[in-house]
Amino acid sequence: MSDIIRMTAAELAEKLSSREISAVEATRAHLDRIAAVDGDVHAFLHVSDHAIQQAERIDERRAAGEQLGELAGVPLAVKDVLVTTDMPSTSGSKILEGYMSPYDATVVKRAREAGLVPLGKTNMDEFAMGSSTEHSAYGPTKNPWDLTRIPGGSGGGSAAAVAAFEAPLALGSDTGGSIRQPAHVTGTVGMKPTYGGVSRYGAIALASSLDQVGPVTRTVLDAGLLHDVIGGHDPRDSTSLRDEWPSMAAAAREGATGQVLRGLKVGLVREFQGDGFQAGVKSRFDEAVQQLEAQGAEVIEISAPNFEYAVSAYYLILPAEASSNLAKFDSVRFGMRVQPEGGGTVEQVMSATREAGFGPEVKRRIILGTYALSAGYYDAYYGSAQKVRTLIQRDFNAAFEQVDVIATPSAPTTAFKLGEKLGDPLAMYLNDLTTIPANLAGVPGISVPIGLAPEDGLPVGIQFMAPAREDARLYRVGAALETLLDDARGHTLISEAPALGGK
Amino acid sequence: MAKDRLLDFDEALELFEPVLGFEVHVELSTKTKMFSDAPNEFGSLPNTNVSPVCLGLPGSLPVVNGQAVRYSISLGLALGCEIAPSSRFARKNYFYPDLAKNYQISQFDEPIAFEGSVDVELSDGTIVTVPIERAHMEEDAGKLTHVGGSTGRIQGAEYSLVDYNRAGVPLVEIVTKPIYGAEHRAPEIAKAYVATIRDIVVSLGISEAKMERGNLRCDANVSLRPRGQEKLGTRTETKNVNSLRSVERAVRYEIQRQAAILKGGGTITQETRHWHEDTGATSAGRPKSDADDYRYFPEPDLLPVEPSLELIEELRAALPEPPAARRRRLKAEWGFTDLEFQDVVNGGLLTEITETVTAGATPQAARKWWTGEISRLANAQGVEASSLVEPAQVAALTRLVDDGTLTDKLARQVLEGVIAGEGTPQEVVDKRGLAVVSDDGALIAAIDEALLSQPDVLAKIKDGKVQAAGAVIGAVMKAMKGQADAARVRELVLERAAAVEE
Repeated sequence: MSDIIRMTAAELAEKLSSREISAVEATRAHLDRIAAVDGDVHAFLHVSDHAIQQAERIDERRAAGEQLGELAGVPLAVKDVLVTTDMPSTSGSKILEGYMSPYDATVVKRAREAGLVPLGKTNMDEFAMGSSTEHSAYGPTKNPWDLTRIPGGSGGGSAAAVAAFEAPLALGSDTGGSIRQPAHVTGTVGMKPTYGGVSRYGAIALASSLDQVGPVTRTVLDAGLLHDVIGGHDPRDSTSLRDEWPSMAAAAREGATGQVLRGLKVGLVREFQGDGFQAGVKSRFDEAVQQLEAQGAEVIEISAPNFEYAVSAYYLILPAEASSNLAKFDSVRFGMRVQPEGGGTVEQVMSATREAGFGPEVKRRIILGTYALSAGYYDAYYGSAQKVRTLIQRDFNAAFEQVDVIATPSAPTTAFKLGEKLGDPLAMYLNDLTTIPANLAGVPGISVPIGLAPEDGLPVGIQFMAPAREDARLYRVGAALETLLDDARGHTLISEAPALGGK
Repeated sequence: MAKDRLLDFDEALELFEPVLGFEVHVELSTKTKMFSDAPNEFGSLPNTNVSPVCLGLPGSLPVVNGQAVRYSISLGLALGCEIAPSSRFARKNYFYPDLAKNYQISQFDEPIAFEGSVDVELSDGTIVTVPIERAHMEEDAGKLTHVGGSTGRIQGAEYSLVDYNRAGVPLVEIVTKPIYGAEHRAPEIAKAYVATIRDIVVSLGISEAKMERGNLRCDANVSLRPRGQEKLGTRTETKNVNSLRSVERAVRYEIQRQAAILKGGGTITQETRHWHEDTGATSAGRPKSDADDYRYFPEPDLLPVEPSLELIEELRAALPEPPAARRRRLKAEWGFTDLEFQDVVNGGLLTEITETVTAGATPQAARKWWTGEISRLANAQGVEASSLVEPAQVAALTRLVDDGTLTDKLARQVLEGVIAGEGTPQEVVDKRGLAVVSDDGALIAAIDEALLSQPDVLAKIKDGKVQAAGAVIGAVMKAMKGQADAARVRELVLERAAAVEE
């Protein structure tokens, strides 16, 4: 395995800047890695055929003495939920097979402007509906730690690409845990920013009030570097915040010094301490918390009584919004078109297209959402769910009066076997038990790898959540813990991942 | 389509009380669309004024047009409404190919303006106060063209074309409360209400308000209840009413149609009905029930609209005078008699005459042309007078009459030329060669010839019976093909008759 692909984005950026490594070399190394291992991992739905040319231009600009962004020349994997002008954007669905967008998502545009080199589009559950990537219309992605296991979802492709050293950085989207849960099961770092912190323009909407784009990386600092590139106000997204944000990378660098843990108040959610968590997940989590305490953090138990309703509320709000967001896929203006035999009315064409173009999970949620919004059921379902959402926000507000961050396991279990939960949607939905509250409240959450579960040797992550707008705090705390654990271990967790590809 | 049975209007009113309600859609003349930066322009090539947002492309998001919000607030204030400190957009979900996202972004339970009223003046000077329930913002849909059928409607069409230029054009929908007590004046109130709304939006400068272009669209709700009954009857909603005249006719038609059904013991189907200008009838559209389920929910891609009090007060201070006050002022300024002014108001021609006077015509000349010849031609064609000719052209025409280039009769021919698209009045005069013959020599020759060929008339004139000159004048005007000033001809005829005597 070449040294280049083993580097963190921060390391690679430094060597690019000093011209020890060219952007072309960095890009070629990752394309070679993709060619070697992606047949097994299947993290990518599409690999760019012009990434090398884009890297060449970065090298030319650098040679010409142009002032480039800190990450210029660093390769990037892009979740297929984000539209791109130069590669197809399918959101993991047949209904968008081969779809070319006439515009770039704002985050992609910002990444290009910063000189990052998009390598390709990563696999995902169809329209981001799932926790295993098994609902992709193009076949599942495998977990690089164990190819018989799921890489999490919906952003399994982005997490696997980063974990398998196919890309140092990836973009994901997180509606109920689609960045953080894949990070948890692949031993990587995943950050869901504050709702409104990163533009949603060009992210194919699942549930508008919950979706948020964020970085997927191997280190907290790398996540911060990418966050700084994609974040900030976008006039094309009305829900994007107008805040001036501090540098997340600077926060991560500050956190790595370890000083930030002294006096830090860490909240543990009482309601997340019962059953339902795998023993190895629980034990690694407890150890990580002890490490924090050892560095002077104060651990406080908090109660969030309404968190137990979060999954139920989420599975009303999400399908309701999704049923409306996905109505545009009707074959009239773009995407797949299925013509019923003998022609048919426009209504029949729409119906036949949606029948053929959507997978079963998508149909399930469209039907659920349509039902939840129907007259006579609205108050009982959508209306009640919104009330629960308010109660969960109050739980967070009350908690953050006592603590600086809340810590939970990022998911209840380690990576499960492919196919294991495919027949049981409810079991699948429970994967997002600890990540969903942050989406419902709009607060930021980060998953940082903390070790391997003793019973199966698979990665476990810890989730930290902070009040809205306090994303930088998560980078400080995440980087502090990461440094602590890496120092104790003597190496990074991801370096323990299997080599793959026989190299 | 089967012909509806109609009950005599007066008999219908004897048996039933009509209850009216209107939904008027106003297209705002903002530079860009309601939720995107695509141009808001009429008449462009299909699907050229579009952005990813108008096409509902994956990943696109709406952004509220601030100008549209300000226009909507001004309109709400002009309708005497309260302006909501916070209002919200919702999604109205239904599948239709002219609706790119398959949901319309519209305000539902939290409109920007609510609880107002509009004073409407009828032809006899009576003021009727129409209660306004709400005015809310929404986006227009695209435009479907059905090709291959005989009627241009979807039934029988081979295929349909869709143009998204109109998709996302900002609309304000003004909804009245039920209007009671309209009685036999229901058709007139309907027309006067829509004309008043049109006057308001024109004076605010927020819409082109051309009904024939669909800038202003009226859905008329009509229901009847038997005299003495409390409960409202079943209503129909007539769409596609694209002129003031049609509003009046459609309401009258629905009253007569529903009355005939109810009198015969039948029941009214709650449905939308389409107005057909050509046949002067309505036909059944789709059934509409209160159970139509649009699965409204708050639009999660947009924040609530929260105008500051300062903005509302600023817009309130900038409101133009209300239509009733404006009418009083214009009547005085123009010096019209009551009868003359009513003629103008009834014709819905206030704006046209204002603009014509601004363009340089005298008020009397402007009035005469708009309420006279232009209205006559419009009636004959079954269209709005305002759609026939621009006020500036009318002003130019009156100037040509004033400076003696045209007689009234010639001017009418010039007007026809302008309407036929032959150019400005001056261009029509030049092309058709219609200017008055002001060369006395040519006239005198014609007069002398006419006098000599009618010696008996000449004799009468010489006897002092000047009214006999009419026959000679007529002959001369005919010889000049009407291109002469009749007054001048008369002068010359008397002059020449006297000369012959000598």
